[in-house]
Order: sequence, then structure tokens, then C-alpha cells
Amino acid sequence: MATKLPATDVVVVGLGWAGSIIANELTDQGLSVVAFERGPWRETARDFNIASAPDELRYSQRQELMLQTAQNTVTARNNPSQTALPMRSWGSFHPGNGTGGAGNHWAGITFRFQPEEFRLKSHLTEKYGAGAIPAELTLQDWGTDWSEMEPFYTAFDRLAGLSGRAGNLKGQIREGGNPFEGPRSEEYPTGPMRQPYGPTLFAQAAKELGYKPFPVPSALISEAYTNPLGVTMGPCTFCGFCTNYGCANYSKASAITTVLPVLVRKSNFRAQTNSEVLRVTLDATGKRATGVVYIDTSGKEWEQPADLVIVTAFTFENVRLMLLSGVGTPYDPETQTGTTGRNYAYQTANSVQLFFDDKNFNPFIGAGALGMGIDDFNNDNFDHSGLGFFGGGSIRVTPIGAAPIGYRPTPPGTPLWGSEWKRQTVKNYLSSMSIGCEASSYATRTNYLSLDPTYTDRLGRPLLRITFDFAQNDLKMSQYCTEKVAGIAKAMNPRQFVPHPMTGHWNTGPYQSSHVVGGFVMGADPKTSAVNKYLQSWDVPNLFVVGASAFPQNPGYNPTGTVGALAFKAADAIRRLYLKNPGPLVSA
Amino acid sequence: MLLSKRLGRAAFAAFMTAAIPVGAQVTGDAAFSQVEKGRYLAVLGDCAACHTAPGLPPFAGGVVLQTPFGDLVAPNITPDPETGVGRMSLQDFQSVMSRGIGKGGYHLYGAMPFTAYTKVTAQDNAAIWAYLQTLEPVKNKVEPNQLPFPFNIRASLIGWNLLNFTQGEFKADPAKSPDWNRGAYIVEGLGHCGTCHTPKNLIGGDKNSQFLEGATLQGWFAPNITADPHKGIGAWSEDEIVQYLKTGANRFDIASGPMAELVEKSSQHWTDADLKAVAVYLKAGRNGEAKAPSPLPAGDKLMIAGQAIFADRCMGCHLSNGAGVPKLFPRLAEAPLVNAGDPTSLIRVVLAGSRAGATEAVPTGPAMPSFAWNLGDQEIAAVLTYVRNSWGNAAAPVEAKDVATLRKTLAP
Repeated sequence: MATKLPATDVVVVGLGWAGSIIANELTDQGLSVVAFERGPWRETARDFNIASAPDELRYSQRQELMLQTAQNTVTARNNPSQTALPMRSWGSFHPGNGTGGAGNHWAGITFRFQPEEFRLKSHLTEKYGAGAIPAELTLQDWGTDWSEMEPFYTAFDRLAGLSGRAGNLKGQIREGGNPFEGPRSEEYPTGPMRQPYGPTLFAQAAKELGYKPFPVPSALISEAYTNPLGVTMGPCTFCGFCTNYGCANYSKASAITTVLPVLVRKSNFRAQTNSEVLRVTLDATGKRATGVVYIDTSGKEWEQPADLVIVTAFTFENVRLMLLSGVGTPYDPETQTGTTGRNYAYQTANSVQLFFDDKNFNPFIGAGALGMGIDDFNNDNFDHSGLGFFGGGSIRVTPIGAAPIGYRPTPPGTPLWGSEWKRQTVKNYLSSMSIGCEASSYATRTNYLSLDPTYTDRLGRPLLRITFDFAQNDLKMSQYCTEKVAGIAKAMNPRQFVPHPMTGHWNTGPYQSSHVVGGFVMGADPKTSAVNKYLQSWDVPNLFVVGASAFPQNPGYNPTGTVGALAFKAADAIRRLYLKNPGPLVSA
Repeated sequence: MLLSKRLGRAAFAAFMTAAIPVGAQVTGDAAFSQVEKGRYLAVLGDCAACHTAPGLPPFAGGVVLQTPFGDLVAPNITPDPETGVGRMSLQDFQSVMSRGIGKGGYHLYGAMPFTAYTKVTAQDNAAIWAYLQTLEPVKNKVEPNQLPFPFNIRASLIGWNLLNFTQGEFKADPAKSPDWNRGAYIVEGLGHCGTCHTPKNLIGGDKNSQFLEGATLQGWFAPNITADPHKGIGAWSEDEIVQYLKTGANRFDIASGPMAELVEKSSQHWTDADLKAVAVYLKAGRNGEAKAPSPLPAGDKLMIAGQAIFADRCMGCHLSNGAGVPKLFPRLAEAPLVNAGDPTSLIRVVLAGSRAGATEAVPTGPAMPSFAWNLGDQEIAAVLTYVRNSWGNAAAPVEAKDVATLRKTLAP
């Protein structure tokens, strides 16, 4: 039986990007906020020491910043006819843990989604006709639009100090930026990062082929920056320890380097770490959240009553908490009814590896979001008439660093150990590079999230079950886009290039992307969405669920910029609308 | 919906924490002003630095002061009659502040900086006393005198006072501006800056001829804060001094160690007028020897080794030109601490690391990590010698044996 604590105004579940941003906005509003974090408190000064943070064994191989699967994991299967099995070690994706969340060990690539994405179904229907959309897809509009999103993207840009060059400034296309981006109201807060050799060569080749290369927008900032909250970040040193690591240089934007130093100073904020929220409590009507129940490290359960509950955990736990709390109706793939768990999507990872004889890329000079990219084959930036698929990918060269254990760029056919493997490592370590294509993942009827009927966590609660396979649409897109990448690779004239388009079924083993999205999606219609355009639950108006769980499908972009923008959007709606008139902000 | 009601409660709570705790005996605006004035003066003098121990209630004492003669513990100054100052009168307090003599006539050790506090006016002491009366009495017994024989014999302090103590309230200098006089009153008096920043003689008294020229205590070197352009803060403008004290950082430096605590607990809360006054006073002070020493030649063996270590270990944050990043990574070029005669703080920061102060204005609170585990004594000596003789800096080489000595002191 949970012990009841004194009530607070707001409970926030999860102190990653979204939770920290919203907690900061609502404490500014004068509300008392208690934020729960299942993992430990983390801060740069104490936890990410420049002399010990770049430790590949500790952070990349042993995954110290990730959620431990013994604490919580997921089960997985490809389709509803199969029995899901639990993931006992992470592979395909890396859920985070502790303050900062996955936004702590992220790479830092920070795109804005394009204006068309927010009305994707309408856009494709208008342009290609309803019949052109493959029947397997359940594409949706987001219930919002660019004019509503842009101010919040800008708020996130400023908070994180993003580095880049605007390609579309107030409608004016600018040389050297991404011409396909939506019109932005202001330039990036910091200039683009200086580019190493590999991205430079790629950009030259792409330009000669008529494409439009631009510096990848980066949260690993290029110059010292003090954000609007007064927190200072330092310039990236290209050390190459971003993805899977905490940044020791105060260069990578994360909740711990941009928001939490200010939030913890506030007397109306409390962070309750190492405390896992078990469920959102509802009143007898099921229409009102009364707080949360959480468990501390001693195993004792507590009830924290609150007037407003904001769930800002990772995609998986957002959806699982809703399923465990009975918020909304679980999605049923047979009848396609229910919205909790609906439209789960992923990211489709493709690449082409290039081996040269006459180049030295010094691959250890790197950063998670350092590089050059093109968007000519992303989303609907090219004509899809007659192609038989929709979507596309962000094509780019981003040398993330070449850490000694993991980085062994050997050509196909090389043995996996022994003297030949060593010889090929020596031969290719400096002289190979790779072009990635981070591509869209479009929702289908049978890709969804639900509670596993068999496997439970350490507390006996059902694990989240992922039912996912690559849509035929996405596999066709992968073939097409990877061929385009191969065309650029060929123009760069390497000794050998090896295309790796995504093929076959989704496999939980190899790392692909942590960009898991959907399951509690936003929209204008409560029949097909779980939250409205303010991230407010249709069923429980004093509950907001914020994160990539709200994406109805995933474009060919990294999600974090949009998660940040949605957090600002939800906080703005609460401050500006909800507090004045608590209740549904959109009538269904 | 309770939200609006709770919001009101939250706002009220925020008001209460911003305001002072008001005791039952205090009534009326005049009394409030007197207590509020005392509260501000207690902040200005950073009484909490010694009288508030981590984890204990405010002013309940218990902070251990390590002196070259042994440990002293700051007493409980809450109004508890048994263990605090509940049985003292204003007169007793005035005697402590002005004469260094406690209730019953015993002499205080100089760790309670009465040699500075003697300059505090009787009116200000009355305000501080009024404020202390409003504190929650806390029962916390503290034995202040933990010195070994013979230093624990207080009678010895009579002689000490003869040599080191000049009693008397601050006398304004009519030839100087009101700002200068206010600054002098704070720096020489309640602010007791010299307690850390003035070198001490063999028996622990201030060397008044070297006022604010820097001193080593508790394993830190408190740098020269005179207007000396090389070893002191002569290159800082008044605004930059204000910025440092108000936010903990300016384009030259970031407060760390005991100064970070001072900024966090005290100087960030000073009024702008007081900050300005202190800056005016410090800028108008002596500016030391006119001529800076010559740096070691770049071809010196220690310099070459030091440069290589700097490139590997330090340059990522402090940059190859020693410029650092304002508010994040301290500037090493032309920094008073770097050019100090005594490199103790530099060695300490490399060995033990250090965390910058975090303030309302500059909340980042960055840290320098410890390099004790991966740099040897000779390497630390080399890299610090390089830092002390590059980019306009010039100072004596750092000796490996000094690193070794401090390493032993810091070892747990």
C-alpha cells in the first residue's frame, strides 16, 4: 500500500529533455513541481570528467548510461502472429536512464521536421491522390502545422545553442544552408562546426552532382554560448566521444548542460531521483489524474498527489505507463480501434561504406553531429510519382569518432579475427569512411505497442511488447535512396564501396537507431490519436504526455529537435491556456 | 480544481523564503528595518562561512577551521541559552566584535577576525545582534578550542593582541570619496578580506604592510587582490571586479574553492552600491612593484615538457593561447592566481580538481577534474611552469617537491 504524500501542483515523470523543459517553464509560472526520475542524478561537473569520460569500454561497450535491462526491458516480435521474447541486452536501440535521459548520450543531430510532415497524409493525398498511398500504411496528420511549431523550434534552438546555417530564413533560401527546411524565423544561435576531411570530400562530390550540401545541424556547439537561462556551454573539441557518452566539455546540449543547473536552484522544484513511477492514478470517473504512485530504491511505494500530471519519459515508458494506468483504450490491430500503442514507428538505417587507398581521414577527429548532409532524397523533397513508395532519408557523412574497440572498418570478406583482420584494420583505419542515410519509417496497421502477456519486470508488471517490422514501403525506399548514395560514393572514386540498404525483417540484435517513436500519437481526431495538438490527453485533460511517443510516423530525421519543440509547445499551452481554464483545450 | 489555491500558497512560500524569518518579539517597521539591516550585514560579513556547517541549521556552528596551530571550531551563534549566545547581551557582542573579548572576559583567537571586525560601527553591530536574536535557537554544543598545548592557553592571546591588534572603529578618510570609504569599511572591516588574502606572520597575525597581497591557508593560496597589474587584479576594471563578486565570473577568472563559497553565500547578494564601493577601493589600492619579472625562455626544458602536457591535457578547455572560455573555463593568461609567487592553489586545482561557484547570474557551475591519478609530480610541475611563463605570464618555476608535499596533504 502506497503512503500518501502532501499534494503538489505538478508532477513530471522523467527528467530528460522534455521533462526538464516543462518543469522549468512551469516553475517559472510559480507552480510547485516534483519531478521523478527512475535513474540517478547526473551532472557534468561530477559525472563527466574530461580525464575519464572518453572511456569506450565503460560507456559504449558496457553502456553505463543506459537503462539496465534487469530494471526494465521490452519484448519484441515482427508481427502479431508471433510470440514476443524479451531483450536481455540492448541492441537495436539504447534507452537512457538518469537525469538527461537519452538526451544525455545522444549524438546531437538536431533537425527540424519539415512543414509538410505535420500534415503528411493530407500533403501526399493532395499531391499524389489517395490511391497512391500504399494500403499497408497508416499515415496521419499531426493536428498542428508549421506556423504553430516554428516558435517552439526556435525556443529549443536557443536553449540548446544549436550550430548550423539557416537554409531558409523567413522564406529566403540561403546558399550553404539546407534549402529544403521550413522557413525559420531566425538564424542558428551558433555558426556551423568546422568540417573535417571526409564530410568536405562528400560535400564537394554531392555539389558536383547537383545536390545541395549543408552542415548538419548540431547540438555539439561550435563556439561558446550562454543560453537564455544563463547557462554557458563551451566549443566542441572534436574528441569523438558523444554517442553513448556524456560530454565532459560542456559542448553537447542536454538537459543537464542547459536546463537543470537553473532548475535545481528553484525553491519550487524538487527532483526525486532513483524513483520509478509505477502508474498514473485516476479518480473513479477515469477522467481525471490524481497523481502518481512511485517506488523508491528500498522498495517502498509512495503516492504523490498532484493537480497536473506530465509524463515525459522515453517513448517506451510513456506508452507503457499509459497502458498500465488504463489511460485510453489499447490499440487493437485487428479492428484498428483504440489509440494507446497505435502507430509505433522507427527509423530505417542505410549506409554506404567507402574504402580508399590514397586518403587519410584521421577518423578519430569526430563528433556525433559533425558533418555535411544533403536532403535531396529525404521525405517528399523529390517526386515520388510512380516510385511505389513514399518517404526518404537524410544522407550525410558524420564521423562520430573512431574509438579503438568498436571501429574496425574492414571490407566484406575479411575474417572477423586473426592476422588478416588486424592487417585490414591497419590498412583501412585511416582511409575509409561511410555515408549514412537516416531514413523515414512509416506507420502500419500491425506495428504497435502493447503489454506483454507473459513477461514481467522485477515488480511483476507486464513488460512493453513491441510488434514491429519494416514496411514494404520503407524497404523499397531504402533500395532507392541507398542507390542514390552509392552514386555519390562512386563519384568520390574510392577503391571499393559497399552499399548497406536496410533489407529483410527488423532484428533486435545490431544497433540501428534509438529513434523509437509513436504509440501515443498526437492528432486532431480522438479516434486515431491519444493526445491533442497541445500534447493533452483526450481522455484525461489534466494529463499531458510529451515526447517522441507523440509522432504519428517518423520522417527521415532525428527526433530530438521536435521532442524539444513539443515540450515547449505543451508548456506554453499549459501556461497560456490551461491554467486559466483547466479542462480540455480542444473539443473533440 | 485546487490549482489556483495552490498557486497562491506557492507564491506565499516563495515570498517567505525571500524574506527574513521574523521573530515574535519584533514588531513595527523600525524593528523590521533593523533586523533586515542586520541580516544583510550578516550576509555581507559572510558569518555563515564559519558559523553554518553543512547539514546543520544556519548559524548553529561546527565548522572546523584548520590553523597552523591546530583546529578551532566556530561556535553556535543562535540564541540558544545553553549552547548558543542566548545569555549574551548586545554589550557582550560589541565586546566580541570590537575587542576580541568574550562574555566573562576571555580572549578570542584571531580565527574570529576581530582584528577586522573592530572597525565595524556600534550601530552595525547592534543591527547584526538584532538579527541574530530572530534566529531559531538550536541546541548544538560546540567546543571551539581544540588547540594543543600551549596554544590552548588563552592568556597567551594577551601578548598576541599587543603585537597584532589595533582596536578601533573605522575612521572615514575625508580626502577620499564616499565610495572609497564604504569600500574600505567593507574590505578592512566586516568583509574581513584580509583574513584570507593578507599574508600572516609566524604567530598568525596579519602582515599589515602586505595587506591583501595573497596568503596560503587550508591548502589554498588566496591570491593577491591589490591593484598590482601582474600579481594582483590591476588589469581588472571596476565593472569587472563587480561582475566577479556579483556572478562568480568575469572575463579573467571564475571563483572556485573558498572564494566560490564566498560568492555563493555572500557577495552575489551584496547591493550594487556595496559591490561598486569595494571595486573602487581595491582599484585605488597599492599596485605593487612596477616591473613584472621576466618569463622563463620557451626553450627551457621544463617549458618544452610542460607545453606538450598542456596540449594533451589542458588545451581542450583552456585553449592553446590560455584564453579559456568566459564563465566556463578560467583564463590562464595574465591571471593573478597563475602569476602568484605561491603556486599552492594552482597545484591544488590540478591535483584535486575544483568546482566553480554557481550563482543566480552564472548558474553553470563547471568543474575542473582531478589529475592526481594520471599526472606525476614532475609532470604537474612542468605543465604549471609552462602555464606560469606563457601568454604574458611570468613566475617562478613550480618544483616537483612542492607538488609531492601538497599531494600528501590532500591524500585521504
